Amino acid sequence: MTVMNMAQAITDALDIALTTDPRVMVMGEDVGRTGGVFRLTSGLQPTHGEARVVDTPVAESGIVGTAFGLALAGMRPVVEIQFMGFSYPAYDQIVSHVGRIRNRSRHRFTAPMVIRMPYGGGIGAAEHHSESTEALYAHTPGVKVVVPSTPYDAKGLLLAAIEDPDPVVFLEPIRLYRAVKEDIPGGHFVVPIGRARLERTGDDVTLVAYGSMIRDARHAADVLSEEGVSVEVIDLRSLVPLDVETLVESVEKTGRAVVIHEGHRTAGFGAELVARIQEEALYSLLAPVQRVTGWDTIFPLKRTEEYYLPDVNRIVQAAHRTLEG
Amino acid sequence: MDIDLTRRLFRAMLAARQYDRKAASIQKQGRLATYAPFEGQEAAQIGSAAALRPDDWMVATYRDAAAMWMQGYPWPHLLLTRMGDERGGSPPEGVQVLPPSITVGAHMLHAVGLAWAARLQGSDRIAITYFGDGATSEGDFHEAMNFAGVYRTGTVFICQNNQYAISLSRHQQTASETIAGKADAYGIPGVLVDGNDLLAMYRATSEAVTRARDGQGATLIEALTYRLGPHTTSDDPTQYRDADEVEQWRAKDPLDRIRLYLANEGAWDEEWEAAITAEAQEEIDRAVEEAEALPPLGPEEMFETMFAEMTPQLVEQQRWLLASREGPT
Repeated sequence: MTVMNMAQAITDALDIALTTDPRVMVMGEDVGRTGGVFRLTSGLQPTHGEARVVDTPVAESGIVGTAFGLALAGMRPVVEIQFMGFSYPAYDQIVSHVGRIRNRSRHRFTAPMVIRMPYGGGIGAAEHHSESTEALYAHTPGVKVVVPSTPYDAKGLLLAAIEDPDPVVFLEPIRLYRAVKEDIPGGHFVVPIGRARLERTGDDVTLVAYGSMIRDARHAADVLSEEGVSVEVIDLRSLVPLDVETLVESVEKTGRAVVIHEGHRTAGFGAELVARIQEEALYSLLAPVQRVTGWDTIFPLKRTEEYYLPDVNRIVQAAHRTLEG
Repeated sequence: MDIDLTRRLFRAMLAARQYDRKAASIQKQGRLATYAPFEGQEAAQIGSAAALRPDDWMVATYRDAAAMWMQGYPWPHLLLTRMGDERGGSPPEGVQVLPPSITVGAHMLHAVGLAWAARLQGSDRIAITYFGDGATSEGDFHEAMNFAGVYRTGTVFICQNNQYAISLSRHQQTASETIAGKADAYGIPGVLVDGNDLLAMYRATSEAVTRARDGQGATLIEALTYRLGPHTTSDDPTQYRDADEVEQWRAKDPLDRIRLYLANEGAWDEEWEAAITAEAQEEIDRAVEEAEALPPLGPEEMFETMFAEMTPQLVEQQRWLLASREGPT
């Protein structure tokens, strides 16, 4: 066991993948010489060489489109997009090619590749650097969407994503990169994609979140339990595929749910979660499901970003609304 | 070029034209969805594809059936792509040709990645990609040429400059004097070739393929040619070009030119052409029969080809669709 934060856990996973599988490549802007803007690929190029840890020109479509070709030919590229807000030039490659090739070739050609994207706000970053548009990718057929919230899950899910036979968009909550450390196993292990994790068990209300929002959900649960409310927290870990079973089981038990994400509200992933809950657990519900989300605004800059981001107060208030009924 | 090879490629061009005309004709009967004919571009496609090894990668578009067929993509599969059957996108094992790209431009990058992978895997396999003059305005053209230049990938870029991107003329497309000249910006050679000259296309592509295979990097070939037909069967080219212009290019029909060459070499006669035309016709008719004989896919199938393993969401959606097919109960 080693004590690691999420950033170190991701570096460790990349190092293990590069060491154990000669098909794996890491590519992206500044990932080689400097180890990436968040230093997550630090040390990989000296160890694994310039042919496998590749600094690319500043062209997201070019990076993803080229990686797609590499994947078709049997390589396992792990692409780093510097920030989620820079992923849109590559979106055409993802929606028009990466997510389609298995289907349009009837399994004849496949693109096992990982597209890593640091996402989310909370660090007072520049414009375009705090995006949380996971709903775009969850809405895109043929790609999996994975979002870890802990160092352990980040390592295990990233290794699972690299080994997955299909393309995976891997979202990394910037805010949690260096927020907490935990003891995680050295060496290789995987966390299976598509299974949610019970962060905490409780009986009165279910908080459903993922990635950066897990920490806020946990704090809100602390506040609520001081009030005598027993809270269950679900960390989805994967949006596609979605672990509906865990979600429904929990809501059937508690009868109340609050879904939380920092992405925009309208047509956000929370809308999908609410829809699933009402499809499968309507008659267990004691109150309308609440959403705590980012707003339908542009993500504000540093001085006002706290107005945008879901926080403990908003989550606790939403939980109170479910308890009023 | 060896005269036997020239005769073989003339035959291939004839077959391609048979295919093209047959496809356009059965489209009119409602047996194909929209079809994008390539008549006039046979030399550009057959001459370039003839320079490849069977294991080389090819990434081409909806107008490149002749090149794809040369590289092993079967006629029935090509027809299926136009009949609205996804199995057309699944060529037999060993055929290293991706299903035709429908979006314009994005696919060139895939040929950069494929060639790059070959080098990393210790193979001298190269990748060729086909696109039109319109695609050179897409950002991905720039990115693909740039990546190919930076990483010296063994990629051969074939731009069939057929003078029109649907209705937009070549001169409205770019202020560059030539498309080949754009290669300068990426540190790779650009070659302007008479795309209606089979021998020139074969030679220029062979040189580019040799460079690619030897690790000397990519080449851009601009094949100057002309689309004699419409953009697709839904297009009316009389709206944007004169009949005179079409006639001028009709006089440069690549098939006529190579026929004349072969005749001058004493390697052509009418009887032979009639025989190979009949052969090709039969081959194409058989392909149409084969493609049309394939029963449509079942409703369960599309869900099964999204991932290696269906997600629980796809499993339930498949179940719902199948249940709905049982009737309204």
